[in-house]
Amino acid sequence: MEKWDDNKAWFLVLPVFLVVAFSAIIPLMTVVNYSVQDIMAPGQGIFVGSEWYREVLHDPRLHEAFLRQLIYSFTVLAIEIPLGIAVALTLPSKGWSVSACLVLLALPLLIPWNVVGTIWVVFSRPDIGLAGVTINELLSIPYNYTADPMDSWLTVLVMDVWHWTPLVILLCYAGLQAIPEAYYQAAKIDGASRWAVFRFIQLPKMRGVLMIAVLLRFMDSFMIYTEPFVLTGGGPGNSTTFLSQFLTKMAIGQFDLGPAAAFSLIYFLVILLLSYIFYTVITNLGKGVAK
Amino acid sequence: MARIVLDDLAHSYRPHPTGQDDYALKRINTVWEDGGAYALLGPSGCGKTTLLNIISGLLIPSQGRVLYGETDVTRLPPEKRNIAQVFQFPVLYDTMTVRENLAFPLRNRGVSPADTATRVMEVAEALDLVSVLDAKASGLSADAKQKISLGRGLVRSDVAAILFDEPLTVIDPHLKWQLRRKLKEIHDRFNLTLIYVTHDQVEAMTFADQVVVMYDGEIVQIGTPQELFENPEHTFVGYFIGSPGMNLLPVTVDGETAQTGDSRIPLPPALAEKARAAAAAGATLTLGIRPMYLGLEDAGTGRGVAARITLVEDQGDCRIVTAAMGDVTVKARVPEGRAIPSQEARAVFPPEWTRIFADGRLLK
Repeated sequence: MEKWDDNKAWFLVLPVFLVVAFSAIIPLMTVVNYSVQDIMAPGQGIFVGSEWYREVLHDPRLHEAFLRQLIYSFTVLAIEIPLGIAVALTLPSKGWSVSACLVLLALPLLIPWNVVGTIWVVFSRPDIGLAGVTINELLSIPYNYTADPMDSWLTVLVMDVWHWTPLVILLCYAGLQAIPEAYYQAAKIDGASRWAVFRFIQLPKMRGVLMIAVLLRFMDSFMIYTEPFVLTGGGPGNSTTFLSQFLTKMAIGQFDLGPAAAFSLIYFLVILLLSYIFYTVITNLGKGVAK
Repeated sequence: MARIVLDDLAHSYRPHPTGQDDYALKRINTVWEDGGAYALLGPSGCGKTTLLNIISGLLIPSQGRVLYGETDVTRLPPEKRNIAQVFQFPVLYDTMTVRENLAFPLRNRGVSPADTATRVMEVAEALDLVSVLDAKASGLSADAKQKISLGRGLVRSDVAAILFDEPLTVIDPHLKWQLRRKLKEIHDRFNLTLIYVTHDQVEAMTFADQVVVMYDGEIVQIGTPQELFENPEHTFVGYFIGSPGMNLLPVTVDGETAQTGDSRIPLPPALAEKARAAAAAGATLTLGIRPMYLGLEDAGTGRGVAARITLVEDQGDCRIVTAAMGDVTVKARVPEGRAIPSQEARAVFPPEWTRIFADGRLLK
């Protein structure tokens, strides 16, 4: 095959380039532009360099939101990953019940996220919600997610577990199904206990899917916005204001475009860093497995 | 212990089998003697792995019994039987070292650490694994991994039989003969019963004292490789064993000759009489002769049957000649150095090697 001497083929990329430019690059550059200006009114902005970045990074409310976000993400992981593995272990491996279980489990994943929030708003209401009334009347535990910070945290956590554990279950189930039967047969002949089978066969072989599950859940929970916003709107006071909502409040609520733009870039870089780690781990994992 | 008896065994994977076709194993009755090396040979889908899994306890048969010595072990789980199984691809515990892999079955049975260590060392020496004992099991080559799988079976002192399910499938060809030799050494040293499932007849013939040929869920013949070659009990055995397989020609018997088309093949009188009796009882007759014994001579000699040579394939140490005798095709194996007639030839059927099958079964 001949090598083309001229680069006319690049013109074929032009339409895609234009689309990406208008939908992604130009808006991103606009944000960068805002982040280095102090905007008094539309059209009036003074260049301030990195002042917004320094101010945002030193903002104590940002630190609080960041801490809340970290606690939230790690708690979510600590609950969802073991729960997902445990449920995946109990699922059947063949027959019609497999499809039935998988479909039922996947239903929470299919619900639009603001609808998830709304479902839990009604479900947890102390006056008319099924859970709210049960806890308050039947179990006599005072529960009000709009008034009490602890209650609102718990409700947001339970909602996330309900919504996203099925993803972990499905991933772990796929990982488990990939283990050939011969491993279980050999373990039987070796006299291995159920725990030994889990520890030495199932868990090591699920390493790949678990890594995907952990990183996906961490990234998604780090960026979470819709469900807590619909459920608590940030919580009583600031108690369930996570990072993304903090940013939105700043940008849209207070219309402080400068610091909001700066913070959104920082947020973007954090997510980019996590995605890069994700990508590197997954591709190196593939190499390790191939060896 | 390890005299394994299969009593009226049959197995169907369907919960409610209706006909013979629903059964993966039909009517197995055999005895596997203690200390023997058996090969279970047959084409894919004939039920070899099913039979192996029933013997090892990974599968409970829908009918019949499995006896170890005098004890009925049909429903006994595999870890309580004195067997070990080596699978088609290496099955290891990836997170453990080789030493821990070998020690695993003993630790699960509560053997003391001192005894475990001695036993592991003994088996590692027998299998030439001492140099890699402390390496991670997952990083080794395929043949080392299969040796570790074998080692996990040998390490238990109560194991009396080892079952192999096509274990050399993933091994490089030049390492296969090394592993086979190692298996023979193990057999002689530990005096175990070995049952080796394979669809490769060369492997079966070189490994086993007795070959069990299976076809379509039934055991067709058990015998030494020699017996299988010279006196196949069934046309399937004749066809499957040997490369190329036995020449099988549909014939009718008239007097003391077998006839196919225009060809007349002389038969020994005793065999001819039995063939006539079988034909009178309504059986279809097939004549079989191994390519090795079929003679090819020049057209001028007048002996044997007229044949026209259609193809000569040179295989290095011999040549496979395909010839047409009227409507039927036969193959002959001619050693290197012997001349082959150019086109018109005579196919000579030595009476002592000519076999007649009635309805697929050998007439004796």
